[in-house]
This record gives sequence, C-alpha cells and structure tokens, in this order.
Amino acid sequence: MKRTIEFELNGQLVSAEVGGGQTLLELLRQRFELTGVKEGCGAGECGACTVIVDGRALTACIYPAMEAEGRSVTTIEGLATAEGALHPLQSAFVEHGAVQCGFCTPGNVLSAKALLDQNPDPSEDEIRTALEGNLCRCTGYQQIIEAVKAAAGRKP
Amino acid sequence: MSELNYVGRRLPKVDARDKVTGRAVYINDLKRPGMLHGKILYSAHPHAIVKSIDVSRARALPGVRAVLTGQDIPEMPIGFLQDNRPLKKDRVRTCRDEIAAVAAVDQETAAEALELIRVEYEPLPAVFTPEEALAEGAPLIHEYDAKGKPITSNKLKLPWKLICGDVEEGRGRSRHVAQGTYRTTWINHCCLGTSGVIAEFDLDRNLTMYSITQIPYLAQNDYLAALKAMGLGRSRVRVVCQTIGGGFGSKLDTHCYEFIAILLAQATGKPVKIQFNREEEFLAQATRQPVVMEVSQGCDHNGRLAFRDVHMLLDNGGYTSWGATTPSVMMVPISSLYRVPNVRYVADCVYTNNLYAQAMRGYGNPQATFGIESNLDQLALEAGIDPVEFRLINANQGGDVTPQRFVVKTCGLPECIEKVRDGLGWPEHRKAREEGRNRDGHKVRGQGVASLIHVGGGARVYRSDGHGMIMKLDDFGQLKVFTGAVEIGQGNETVLRQVAAEAVGLCIEDVQVVSHDTDICPWDVGTHASRAAFISGNAAIQCAAELRRKIFELAAAQLEVGPDDLDLRQGMVVVARGAEAEGQRLAVTEKGESIPLSKVLRRGHFSPQGRMIIAETFYDPPNEMLDKEFKGNLSCSWAFGASGVEVEVDLQTGQVRILKYLAAHDVGRALNPMLLEGQIYGGSMMGVGMALSEEVKLERGRPVNGNFLDYKLLTAKDRVPITPIIVETDDPAGPYGAKGVGEPGCVPSAPAIANAIFDAVGVRISELPITPERVLRALREKKEDYCRIARPAC
Ligand code: FES
Ligand code: FES
Repeated sequence: MKRTIEFELNGQLVSAEVGGGQTLLELLRQRFELTGVKEGCGAGECGACTVIVDGRALTACIYPAMEAEGRSVTTIEGLATAEGALHPLQSAFVEHGAVQCGFCTPGNVLSAKALLDQNPDPSEDEIRTALEGNLCRCTGYQQIIEAVKAAAGRKP
Repeated sequence: MSELNYVGRRLPKVDARDKVTGRAVYINDLKRPGMLHGKILYSAHPHAIVKSIDVSRARALPGVRAVLTGQDIPEMPIGFLQDNRPLKKDRVRTCRDEIAAVAAVDQETAAEALELIRVEYEPLPAVFTPEEALAEGAPLIHEYDAKGKPITSNKLKLPWKLICGDVEEGRGRSRHVAQGTYRTTWINHCCLGTSGVIAEFDLDRNLTMYSITQIPYLAQNDYLAALKAMGLGRSRVRVVCQTIGGGFGSKLDTHCYEFIAILLAQATGKPVKIQFNREEEFLAQATRQPVVMEVSQGCDHNGRLAFRDVHMLLDNGGYTSWGATTPSVMMVPISSLYRVPNVRYVADCVYTNNLYAQAMRGYGNPQATFGIESNLDQLALEAGIDPVEFRLINANQGGDVTPQRFVVKTCGLPECIEKVRDGLGWPEHRKAREEGRNRDGHKVRGQGVASLIHVGGGARVYRSDGHGMIMKLDDFGQLKVFTGAVEIGQGNETVLRQVAAEAVGLCIEDVQVVSHDTDICPWDVGTHASRAAFISGNAAIQCAAELRRKIFELAAAQLEVGPDDLDLRQGMVVVARGAEAEGQRLAVTEKGESIPLSKVLRRGHFSPQGRMIIAETFYDPPNEMLDKEFKGNLSCSWAFGASGVEVEVDLQTGQVRILKYLAAHDVGRALNPMLLEGQIYGGSMMGVGMALSEEVKLERGRPVNGNFLDYKLLTAKDRVPITPIIVETDDPAGPYGAKGVGEPGCVPSAPAIANAIFDAVGVRISELPITPERVLRALREKKEDYCRIARPAC
C-alpha cells in the first residue's frame, strides 16, 4: 500500500510516495539520496542512522517512513550551511579528533544536537546517556564527549 | 633539529569535514550505473555433504540475472593455504560456507531468490574445539591439501616453533615458577561500516574493484589470480578504495564475497555490488584468532626471569586465513617482552567446524600478552615481589638485542611502567589494601599493570615491506603526494600531509595526499602492522629530499647561485645568507632573500625545453624477515607501553568497573598528539572490550549473538576513564623519531584488568571475556576451596 506523505526535510517541505513497510532510513537514503544517514545494523542497535524528528533523535532504520508525515526531519546534511559553514557541533568534532573512520559520526553529531537543543548545558553523564545508543568502534568515545562539551560552550 | 612547523601539532584530520557533514562516500553509499545486487546463500550446517542444489526456481524469478553455485565456477583456490574457494562445491565445513550466489536488480529480489534455492545436505559429524578435532577418530575437515596430497590430521602443517636458549636449563635454575592456562575467544572487528564491494568489468574485460581493502596491491594480485582462473589472464585490475568505515585488520585478506562479486559481474556483464548486513558481518567476516595457551615462566631469587615456555592451540576454523599466521607476531611478546634469556614457543593450528579467523588489531599480540602478563603476576606473587617492581627488574632497555634477535634501539618501557605506577598511586593503593581500606561494603578495589612490545618500525612479514611514493608539484606550488597507504580512519593522510609539508618545506595548505587508487598511486604492501605513519613518513622524507634537490637545481640556474645555497621554507625558496646572487638578483632582492616556489616552478615550466618537478621514491625499511628459526630484526624500531588499571569488583554481582585506566606508550615521537591519543583511546577501549565483554558466541559453529544487542560493544555510557601518557624516545629509524602506534593500545588491556581483579578479590580469571558470571563463579569456587581446605565445617 503506497501513500504520498509530506514532511519537512532539512528545512524544506518535501513530498514522497512511501510504502507500508518502508523505513525512514530507506526513504532518506534511496529517494532523497541523503547518504549521510548511515546503516550500521538496520535493527535500532547502533545509532548510525540517527536523525532528528521533531526535535527528538531516533533511529531511522526502525522508524516507519509513513510516520514522518507532517513532521520535521533533520539529517546530517541539514546541519552545515550551503556555503559549507559547519554547525558548532560539527566544528567541535573536527577540532577535537572525535572523527576517525567517520561512520558513526553523523549519528553521534545528531544525538548530541538533539541533546544540546533541549539542554544547552549538560553534565558529562547526561552527554554519555544521550550518546549511549551511538556505537563507535574507533574512538573509545572520549574525544566525542570532549567535542560535545566544547560545543556546549564548556571547557572540557 | 631546526624548529618544526607541522610535526608535533594537534591538527584536525583532513577528512573530518567530509565525514562530519555526511559527504564522505563509503562503499555502502556507492552506486554504479546499471549496477546489480549480489547476495550469498550460506550453509545450513557446520559440516555436511552437499548432495544437490536446485537453483531453477531462483533463476526463473523475474529480476534475477545470475545464480551461481560451486559447480558453475572454475577452480580458484583462495586463502593463505589455498584451502578455500569462493563458492563451495560438494562439501561444507562451516556455517558460513558460501554455497550459492545471486545477482538481481535489487536487494529484495536477490534475497527472495535465495529463498527459492533448495539444497540437500547430508550432515557429517562435526568438531567444535581443537581438542575434539585432535581426538582419535575425529572427522577430517579437509582430506586433501591445495596440492592434492592427502591430509591425515586436522592439525595444520605450519612450522610455528621458536627456541631461544635452553628452557630446561632456565627452569632448572629457577627459584620460582608459575604456570597457567589462558583462553581467548572469537571477537568480531565490528567495523561500523559493514563490508561491501562493487566489481565492474569494462568492455575489454578489465576489472575495477570499488573496494574497502587495507591491501590494495596485494588484493590486486589475488584478483589477478582469480581472473586467470576464470580464463581472463590478460585482464587488468584496478582497485579503488572508498572511504573505509573501520579496518582493524578485517580487510587484510581478500574474502570470498569479493571473488563472488567478480564472478557475478562476469556472469552478468554488469557491475555487481555485494553489501553485507550486520548479521552477515557477524557470520561471514572472519574473527580475531582464538587461542588456548599454556604458559610457564620462572625467575631466580632476585626476580630475574630465567625462562618462558608457551604452548598454544589455535582453533583454525574450517579454512585458513591470516589467523593461522598470528603466531608469527605472538612470538614478539613471547620472546621479547621483558628480558628473558630462554624461550620456547610452540603453536599448533587445528581445523575445526567453527568460523575461521584473520588479522585483527595487534595480530595475535593481545592474546599472547594476556597469557604472559597474567602469568607474570602469578610469578611475582610466587616470588613475593611487587608486580610493578618485578616488571621494572625485567624491563627491556635501549641497546638490548632480544633472544629473537630484535635490535631495540630505543626503549621507553621502564618510563612507561613508572608513569603508570605513579598515575595509579600504586604505593598508596598497596598500603590501603594492606589495611583493608580498598573495600567498601561488597565492592573491592584492585590495581593491575601489564606491558607490551610491538612492531613499531614496519614489519617484514612479506619479502617487501616497501612503500612507493610520488611527489608532484604544479605551477602554483601545490604539492600532490601519491601514496599507496590506505586511510582507515587512523589519520594517516593527515599525518603524512604534516610530514610531507615539513620535509619539503611547504605550507601545509599547499599539500594534498592522493591515495586509494592502484592506477594512480605507487605500490605499498598494505596498511597493517602499525606501519603506515612510520613507513609512509619515512618515504615522504626520502622523497622530499629528492624533490628539494630538483627544486634547488632548477632555482639555482634561475637565480645563478649554487643549489647548496638554497633552502625551501614555507613555500619560499630562500637564498642562504652570504650567497652571491647574480643575474636574477633583482627578483631575489626585491623580496628580500626569497622567491615564491610557484614562481620558480612556472619559470621552469614556461621556458624553452621547460621542465616540471616530480620526484618518486621507494622506501623499504632496513628490517629483516624472520629466518627459518623465526629469528631476525623483524621491525626497525620497537614500540613499548604499559597500561595500569584500577578496578572495582562487586562481590555480589561480579561486575567489574574500571575506575582508572592509564595507557603509557613509547611512541618515539608524537607526530600529531591529538590523533595519537585517538589511537590510544580507541585501541585501549577495544582492549577493554576484549577483556570484559566481547565474544562471538558459537553454538555448533554458528554465531548466536550476531547483533549489537547480544554482542556487547562498550558504549559511551560505560565510561572507561582512559588517560593516555605519551612517552617520547626519538627513535633514530622513525620519521622525526616516530614509531608505529595503531595497534599497541589494545595489547595490554586484558591482562592489566585481570591482574587488577586478582589484586582486588584474589581470583585469577584466565579466560576472556571476564564476564560477571565468570567472576562470580571464580569467587564461589575460591570460597568453596577455602571452606574445604581451611574450615571443613563451614
Ligand atoms: S542502523 Fe539504525 S540503529 Fe543501526
Ligand atoms: S569513528 Fe569509526 S565508528 Fe566512530
């Protein structure tokens, strides 16, 4: 069963025909070619596919595309400006060595963004809790945490 | 050394912007026009005869373009012992055996086609431990070797045996001896980016592999051999690496799925992509090599090590990848961690019906070090010597030649141990422990230490440990550095850029690294053995010297000075003070005593019989291949380190919490401290995972926890407070003094943690991972022992 939905994607109103079993991840990667949304497990367990829907970070691989109807979706592609100016979180990730292979990076940045949007001054525990669902095999997380702290305007 | 502009600076990774904006293209993201999707059918049994495969319904499914089975492909043996083939024919030996493959217009159709394939198996008896596989009457996993000679035992014919000095003599004169058996298990690399490849032929049957390999040039070789077997002996191969979503050794071999993609691409005439999902990654990506090892060590009354004796059994699984060769690197710590005059090491690899193993960060060193360093604490206890003191007594020193003939030029091990001791507050903790102040209710604190040695200056595991490099300057003074090294996230491109800018004398903005394409970049043996920064850095220094020679020759003619009077600094050709510049003197003096390199280059280019500046080099480090007895200076510098851990063990739950984790590493010189710390953080965390939580659980050879819910990777919430400590020893062989550092972080973690647990609660956990259940069981057994022996009535 297909249906056309409308939603806001990275600040623009878009529409797309979606099927019942389709996930938001598939919709974003295939239809919109937003390949910054990564698939690491397809089962809601790694966080690589994290996007922000109505202010909440969630895993797009288990989120039905149809649910996006009328909502606002932000992917990593929606953070930097068209001129390439990075979001403060992105700059902090770059400057603090929080990126190695980079596969987990979009998801980590977006989870952190959802956190900081709600809680501009989180404690380290709150940061760690917010990023708990975003696995990273490369960094051991320390530099990611430092980056988020720095972006929150706190000195690590 | 003159002042450095870039080496030693905390510069961000050059690829970080692309990665943080989602622009980086991983294999998962890549499409080619007309591309088909390949999928693989794996065996339903760990050991069986394949009686028949019926693919007729799969072939008839609309959208399916090809279905292949082992019957449809030519003989193309693969793997270290050539005992594997991309699609198995009449027999399966593991649950991951690839028995059929489909190419279809999309993933869903390919998956549907797999469901339509009917396979009739006749199950065979199977063996799931090396011990079972060696028992009398055990089924033979392979009946013939690659040459067709009959095989009579599941034990592989590999010569892993190292003898240094006389172990029995050492044992005889030992005052104290400790002995133990230690076990490690299957660990998955868990690269966040799952494996994938696209194989594509052009009309002349030349093959392009869009790949994520860590060994583009060795892979090229393997693919060429496959093409030859397919009757395409004249075809060329180009390997183009994409952004790689994690390496850790998982891409050091060419894997079945890559050859299957090639076969499907040939069968269909279309580009074929095979992209693993996570479940497949756990099933069909070879693991870290599991081992069982018996270790004994002894020391004299002064605590000096007298001998080390290690016997090891390796579960080889059903086929042979690099896992079977990890004993070559396990020898490094076994022979040369601490000064030990008499060493014996024997390892047997045994076929079983389990998953097979390959390279993974440390290449066997973490497993071997777990045994040695756990056992060393037991020996210290026997000898009544403080474990840190014991390590310092026996620590390697600069100038040593080890029993395996490793030449240790610089050695920061004593300093690493001392720094870890001080960072832990070791003496204070000992005191607290003596006074029972390390206990808070049912939580007990303990501290432990373990050290490491690893190759730090390349490793001559193949006949060449070489690295080709080309440096090309354009008209604008921009330098392109062409390297065969691969960026797997570790930061090689960034560090290479720093070293190249430094060595040539350019502004770093004017230097770009070009890599990941075998048609463009010169040969390199592979991104392994912590060698990339060391080898490519030295190559850059060597290539830069040649480039500068050419620049100065060109500029000298233009400026009418001698080439020796010139220098290049930050992109400016500088005339040394006192040099008489004639002729072009005006141009020089106008700008003081320097002229932009770009101007020199353009003048050289746009003049009659003009020239452009390109330099190339092949750097092969002065290290040695191990000889027949496995001796020789395998690496031209040696990396050392020590980890110190404080844990808190919960007596009720068996939970182990890490309160402190100090990781001191002798890195020679930190080329980029920020990226270096990233390697230490990430490596240590991988080591902690190996110690505490990670295991691919196999039931009858099949992973039963192949997902991130059940396979426990550590998360941000686990909060392992790692403190990197960088010790610089300025190694004369290294680029600006640097040693390799990619792997060492994970090497000493498990034994340091096991030692800390023992220190806390007096139980020795000698099997990884150290789960709460294992801790509780050990505590219970200890209590039972205590009751039985000391208080029979309790
Ligand atoms: S891909 Fe969605 S959580 Fe892993
Ligand atoms: S940077 Fe590689 S998984 Fe996080």
